[in-house]
Amino acid sequence: MLNRRTLLAVASAALGCLTQFPASAQEVVKIGLILPMTGPFASTGRQVSAGAKTFIETHGDTVAGKKIELVIRDDAGVADQTRRIAQELVVNDGAKVLAGFGLTPLAMSVAPVATQAKVPTVVMAAGTASITKASEYITRTSGTLPQYSLPVGTWAAENGIKKVVTLVSDYGPGIDAEKWFTKEFKSKGGEVVEAVRIPLQNPDFAPFLQRVRDAKPDAVFVFLPSGVGSLFMKQFADRGLAEAGIKLIATGDVTDDDILNSMGKPAVGTITGHFYATAHDSPENKAYVEAFKKANNNMRPNFMSVGGYDGMALIYAALEKTKGDATGPAFMAAVKGLSWTSPRGPVSIDPDTRDIIQNIYMREVKDVNGELQNVEFKTFAALKDPEKAEAK
Amino acid sequence: MLTILFDGVAYGMLLFILACGLTVTLGLMNFINLAHGAFAMAGGYVTVVMMNRYGISFYWCLPAAFIASALIGLVLERTLYQWLYQVSHLDQVLFSIGIVFMAVAATDYFMGGQQQLINLPPELSGRMDVFGVGVGRYRLFTIVVCAALALALQLILSKTRFGSRLRAAVDDRRVAMGLGINVPLVFALTFAFGSGLAGLGGAMGAEILGLDPNFPLKFMIYFLIVVSVGGTSTVSGPFLAAMLLGIADVAGKYYVPAIGPFVIYALMIVMLIVRPNGLFSRGSR
Repeated sequence: MLNRRTLLAVASAALGCLTQFPASAQEVVKIGLILPMTGPFASTGRQVSAGAKTFIETHGDTVAGKKIELVIRDDAGVADQTRRIAQELVVNDGAKVLAGFGLTPLAMSVAPVATQAKVPTVVMAAGTASITKASEYITRTSGTLPQYSLPVGTWAAENGIKKVVTLVSDYGPGIDAEKWFTKEFKSKGGEVVEAVRIPLQNPDFAPFLQRVRDAKPDAVFVFLPSGVGSLFMKQFADRGLAEAGIKLIATGDVTDDDILNSMGKPAVGTITGHFYATAHDSPENKAYVEAFKKANNNMRPNFMSVGGYDGMALIYAALEKTKGDATGPAFMAAVKGLSWTSPRGPVSIDPDTRDIIQNIYMREVKDVNGELQNVEFKTFAALKDPEKAEAK
Repeated sequence: MLTILFDGVAYGMLLFILACGLTVTLGLMNFINLAHGAFAMAGGYVTVVMMNRYGISFYWCLPAAFIASALIGLVLERTLYQWLYQVSHLDQVLFSIGIVFMAVAATDYFMGGQQQLINLPPELSGRMDVFGVGVGRYRLFTIVVCAALALALQLILSKTRFGSRLRAAVDDRRVAMGLGINVPLVFALTFAFGSGLAGLGGAMGAEILGLDPNFPLKFMIYFLIVVSVGGTSTVSGPFLAAMLLGIADVAGKYYVPAIGPFVIYALMIVMLIVRPNGLFSRGSR
């Protein structure tokens, strides 16, 4: 026999279930993190996802009353896959925010999805300037090639370098880097005697390096994606370009912190410009590096990981501002003008372009307590992406 | 000019060592083994692990890379490959490309996706001037080792008893067996030797070509060019083809960087039109 009390209890429990269920579905904000976790760019995926996870571990998984759920998907560095996965995540899995994207073409392929579904999309690694122009729902927490190539040109012109050969990978980011370095360097009175472009699939640098050597410049400016960059570095040293009086200046991709230490002696003395170095001296960075290394088997965080970490920081801050509303227009309005202190230093999101504004550091590779590090020696504060700044 | 020639020769030599194992399996055993690069990668990773984790000298790593890859080759030949000698070429291609993808994924899982670097002993790094020509020490070392290997290989195939057994086994398997030649053993040893050479090539190439889990896919095309241009019936054919491609690639990229990457493909097309069966073919079989 049921008495009234138990009936009431059962009824209220049932009611509780009913009301609780939709409520808890609302409480979760799913973030679809699409990265190349396998294939030639797997190290990008590993670093970015580790950075993003580190943020969640250190800041908890709830923000503005919502639980954050990270769904990591592998696109193996293939643009078709990235786009398909993005659609699946948005349509089937109900992802509210898309993030990740290791390479420019991968990020570009998602732009139409972001625009049509009005899904906020946070680019955490890809570096071609034009990405944020592809959709008004795209923002970025890594950096752009023009942004950190230009200061290298400034520094070179101010430090007695007169003749330069540029040597870049022949694809979007490489051409961005070449263009903006050359522009800045020439405007400051320098001379670019030759511009060499290397095909992406290139097994041996010998002919290109010999060309550089025979042109006898004061320095060679290099952009190559990180893994290839390290190989280049060794051949640079082997060919005796340093002894021939040719300085190596580059974007920070070449002295990627993840593999810098295994490059050995040849890397020492390389001057690079970039937005993040593991050795960056700030309390935020010390805490970050410690947490990251602990969670990742002592792997060094590199600039990609910081893109992932800050991408999460951006999502958290934006959700905080919108009180948990992750719909496109509200979220993107909140993103514009956000500023926070990242492990890399102060950063903010440009309200006009949704791209990141950050410090660019000039660094030199030095041996610090038996480990090779990018040691910062000069700061260009709060730089905008010059490509979009110029277009206005 | 001479430096470019020298670099081209060194690069060509590396290509030859990497590809000549494929010549052996493809030309002599009539097996299309696209997974050849996977053995080269195995040799490379053996070197990296031995040098970076255990600090073993580079010179010991080279034979170790050869032996390790040869053993892997032997095991795979006995367990998997030997069942596929008689099937169609398409099946062989599908099978071996599958092995490539498994090797790529496994390497990525165990070793990570990043570029692996080795630090050469000091006497092999840097460069020196020989009669005014800048010569990279390591490239010189590569040329010497590879040239010696090419010579040895040619001698083994043409002068030794094993060489003639192998050629007999390839030309007519049944008759060779009837004559008392242990064909499966000959094939297994040949396969292991070819894999070992690839492993050695991978170990020596780690410094110049780099090493990451995608190595077998990245270089598959180069192996195939060498073998298709050189023809598969001799060792000297692929050797000259590798030299030609190495020099053309390096010189093309130096003198005409804008179209440099296309030079070797253009060369390949021309060669295949002029000599469709390879540089030194004995005519079509």
